[in-house]
Amino acid sequence: MRLWFARNNGALFALFLFIAMFSVYVGKNGVGLRVGLVTAVADKGVLLALVAMAQTLPILTSGLDLSVGMIFVLTNCIASAILSGPLWLVAAGIVAVLLSGVACGAINGALVVYGRLQPIIATLATGAVYHGLALIVRPIPGGSMEPTLAKALTNQTLGVIPTTLVILLAVVLVVWVPFQLTTTGRGCYAIGSSESAAYMTGIAVRRSRLAAYMLAGLLAAIGGLLLTAMTLSGDASATGGGIYTLSSIAAVVIGGTSLMGGVGGAIGSIFGAFVLRAVSDLLFVFDIEPLVQPFIQGLILLGAVSLGAIRVLRAPNRLEFLGVGR
Amino acid sequence: MAQANLSAPFWRMEGISKQYGGVRALENVGLTVERSRIHAVLGENGAGKSTLIKIMSGVVQPDSGIMELENRPVRFASPADAMRSGVVSIFQELSLVPDLTVAENICAPEPPRRFGLIDRRAQRRRAESLLARVHCEDVHPDEVVRNLPLSRRQMIEIARALGRATKLLILDEATSALTAADVERIYAILDRLRTEGLAIVYISHRMREISAFADDCSIFRNGRHVESFSKGGKSGDEIVKLIIGRDYKDVYPDKSAHAPAEAPILEVVNLNWGARLAGIDLTVRKGEIVGLGGLDGQGQRELLLALFGVLRGVEARIKVHGRPKQINSPRDAKRRSVGMALIPEDRKSEGLVLPLSVRYNISLAAINRFARGGFIRTRAETEAVKGALRTLSIHARGADVPVGTLSGGNQQKVVIAKWLIRQPRILLLSDPTRGIDVGTKQEIYKLLRKLADSGKGILLYSTDYAELIGCCDRVMMLYEGRIVRELAGDALTEQKILAAALNLPEEEVTAGETAH
Amino acid sequence: MTRVLRVVDRPVVIAFGFIVVLLILGGMYNRQFLSGFYLLQQLRVASFLGIIASGAMVVILLGHIDLSIPWVVTIGGITATAVAGWWGPSWTALGVPVALACGALVGLANGFGVAFLRIPSMVFTLGMNAVVQGMVVMYTGGNAPPDKATPILQWLAVRDTLYVPNAVIVWASVGVLVIVALNRTPLGRYVYAIGNSERVTYLSGISTRTILIIAFVTSGAFSAFAGAMLAGYAGKAYQAMGDPYLLPAIAAVVLGGTSILGGRGTYLGTVAGVILITVLESILSVMQISDSVRQIIYGAMIIVMMLVYGRDRRADG
Repeated sequence: MRLWFARNNGALFALFLFIAMFSVYVGKNGVGLRVGLVTAVADKGVLLALVAMAQTLPILTSGLDLSVGMIFVLTNCIASAILSGPLWLVAAGIVAVLLSGVACGAINGALVVYGRLQPIIATLATGAVYHGLALIVRPIPGGSMEPTLAKALTNQTLGVIPTTLVILLAVVLVVWVPFQLTTTGRGCYAIGSSESAAYMTGIAVRRSRLAAYMLAGLLAAIGGLLLTAMTLSGDASATGGGIYTLSSIAAVVIGGTSLMGGVGGAIGSIFGAFVLRAVSDLLFVFDIEPLVQPFIQGLILLGAVSLGAIRVLRAPNRLEFLGVGR
Repeated sequence: MAQANLSAPFWRMEGISKQYGGVRALENVGLTVERSRIHAVLGENGAGKSTLIKIMSGVVQPDSGIMELENRPVRFASPADAMRSGVVSIFQELSLVPDLTVAENICAPEPPRRFGLIDRRAQRRRAESLLARVHCEDVHPDEVVRNLPLSRRQMIEIARALGRATKLLILDEATSALTAADVERIYAILDRLRTEGLAIVYISHRMREISAFADDCSIFRNGRHVESFSKGGKSGDEIVKLIIGRDYKDVYPDKSAHAPAEAPILEVVNLNWGARLAGIDLTVRKGEIVGLGGLDGQGQRELLLALFGVLRGVEARIKVHGRPKQINSPRDAKRRSVGMALIPEDRKSEGLVLPLSVRYNISLAAINRFARGGFIRTRAETEAVKGALRTLSIHARGADVPVGTLSGGNQQKVVIAKWLIRQPRILLLSDPTRGIDVGTKQEIYKLLRKLADSGKGILLYSTDYAELIGCCDRVMMLYEGRIVRELAGDALTEQKILAAALNLPEEEVTAGETAH
Repeated sequence: MTRVLRVVDRPVVIAFGFIVVLLILGGMYNRQFLSGFYLLQQLRVASFLGIIASGAMVVILLGHIDLSIPWVVTIGGITATAVAGWWGPSWTALGVPVALACGALVGLANGFGVAFLRIPSMVFTLGMNAVVQGMVVMYTGGNAPPDKATPILQWLAVRDTLYVPNAVIVWASVGVLVIVALNRTPLGRYVYAIGNSERVTYLSGISTRTILIIAFVTSGAFSAFAGAMLAGYAGKAYQAMGDPYLLPAIAAVVLGGTSILGGRGTYLGTVAGVILITVLESILSVMQISDSVRQIIYGAMIIVMMLVYGRDRRADG
């Protein structure tokens, strides 16, 4: 329906962009649509997609999570340490990894909701703490993961579809879709749109905000888990975490979520993540000189986030074009 | 007051006080409301009505005092609390979440659910049925609220309130943008709710609305509860006197005896802006106060913003002192060659930087004039600021206190001072006396007349018809972005204003039948 | 010096208090820590962060943020050292001005994106950071830049004048410039006004876009300048030399009492924040505390201080 299109045009645009880029990539790479290739692309994309989904939630509440990359890294390190041994131990280990992600998110949420700290500062600080914890767990890169489990997670289902994509789909269906159909989930949108109106409507503002950060932690943890499966190790890399954090913000914006909150969604962020990932592959396939690639990549990133931000600029032709006048 | 259970009032407030910074919004007020009765709360802007309602709705907490619902003490820590107790409030538009759909807003915070998840179909159906009750079937439940005009949003607010389990219903200026037909429907609904046993509190600063259908009436003035009486207990004049505390006639300064025959200081020809403003022609002469009137949201505010250069995509021919000017930004507008000033509608978010000092705010628009060689000459600035404080009688504990600590009236005077310091030629004022005590209003009226007499041209948008009649030499009435009528001299009466506001031909409205 | 708000003083006092506490703790651990030489060395190291934080502060005061700092610092270092290689040794004096110009240009682009395209600063400067990184990679071929630091840069970064490190003198000069601009010029008034409400400032007839651009140009220029000096300190420019400075710069500004939302903060506070972070980092490294615990202490301290600041952490006025 017309209205549905209007509300989701951000995500649709990102999807379209990704399909276009991917088609070009497949067309030009000389080997076409090979299963191994698609799996490799999917693996890289899914990791960022999960972190981008995580970042979407605090942003929807007009906040931000600068620690999301570090939660990703921390859970990766924890997973690399405890996911070995008999099945039941591994299963418990998975639960523990996910819970640790939720715990990190809960700390973030508590600082923002009860400590009333600005999200950008609170998560800046907690990011450092989580990085430190990751270093304690994994002072040097190493560790391992139960190989059968790792293989299962990174192979293909039904012989053709990369399992990571299936997992991503499962996460969307089991976590994201139900969440945004709960009152807590809609509350997140409401808070980002107008916190005062949400408050006066009787929406549980604190609960929604806390849930947003906790869910972000959970999603980042799933990503960390998958990273361990792919690399079979843990690496407490600060640069890695930082890159994921900043890329997740870019992916969220490209996917049509407004940095001011209230508009957008995790599905768009997934497409935004894939678009970002596709850029580097495209440059490779077009035989762009390697030295120039980062520059072009930077330009495209700049262009993409600008497009994303401009598109979502609320009601540009309304009274005053000062979107951000407080 | 000891009460036997049977005669306990349905809702009782006593000894309620609330202070914001240095400003006392409410002082020891009380209110008693009975079931099956509509209780009107009257008072000027700034009398404390909205603070009272915020306390009743749980949006803010009182500093002292008690509240009792059905003879049991209650405390509302949040709006959700109040709603759970059955106290439902309808605000002007404040509590709709812009990016959520109509259906989501109507059913929030407790939408219909299935297996823990929101049942969107049931939500839509509930919204549709509530919209039907307020005769708004044309509103699509999946439309995002942000895209709807103010009048529709007010109806949605009312629809939402109808869907809640209500014991006490409060309407706060909830009908300001509605047409007469819509208002009639609302009255019918309220009437039915009354017979069903609800207690209803209705706030308005439009006396006419109330006298017609309220059972009880309480009057507030300057943060105090002045008096309460039942229908018919007071005459219209007596009510007005209670509201403003003095005789009606004294409120407005005399208009200039002679019609200003001077050359126009501002000429606007064929101003258009998107779909919101169409074909506006208007002239302001030297020494004239021209008013803009009409229902809320008909384009008056947008017109002033367009003139001041704030809006993009405005097509118009504008002449200042006979010379054509291009105004593309407020910076253009305030330049000496144009000399415009805009006193914006919301002083807190558009006129003042609240955390900064009075001094900073007063000199903000003119700080360049106090700078030499790039540096601010503080002594010159201080003198100018002190002068402004004196001329406008601004009460503040010095020029360095944060302007947010001043009372509403004084804050508005600071906004005016900020612009007067530049000695503008044309003043645009967007509802300048909203939310201000009567004393300051008087001062502002006198000031406007003085400024006009000194040769300035003034364009005044006001939601207060009495103000338009009292202050302006001419009034342009707007309806749906067009000027539909110009009223002046003998034709400047409340009746004619009401008729024009509703875009009715003049003959249809006669005395005593106005429903608004 | 006119102060914008009295409330701001509290965090500054707390920050300086913490500095004293840290110094005492460090002194208890190792006597050397309180020696004049070591303290001056601390100030020298702090100067680089201080210059970067000065630019960051101006942008933050406006309610925005500059995430392009890391690679602008790097490009500053690289251009300052490379000038001799381009135009011959007699041109080495141009190193710093060229670096400044580069930084200013990036800032101009940032300002354009934020002020005219109305793209959120977080997002635009993030993208710009990637673009500048790309430019550096193109220029250096991904390798370490070959040029060595010029004598001028070394003089600025490493040498002293009358026992006071030149770097500190430079930082102090930058500081005076910022203080004067913020407190005694219309520009400063506009910065605080916009930080509190761009809407009101705009409606008061001020060209808010110009101010935004000026702020980003300042941030870019200062970052590049610091990069040039860092190259002098390290002897050469190197890849990603600016990366370790972004988060500490933001933290320093915020710990100094400047609100991340803008509109509130004094330069003195930023000075305190910079010194605080520098002293903390050096104590932690002197105590040879492992990197992991260092990170945790760093993060925890920021949180504790923000919680302690009281009123300043309130979300919105």
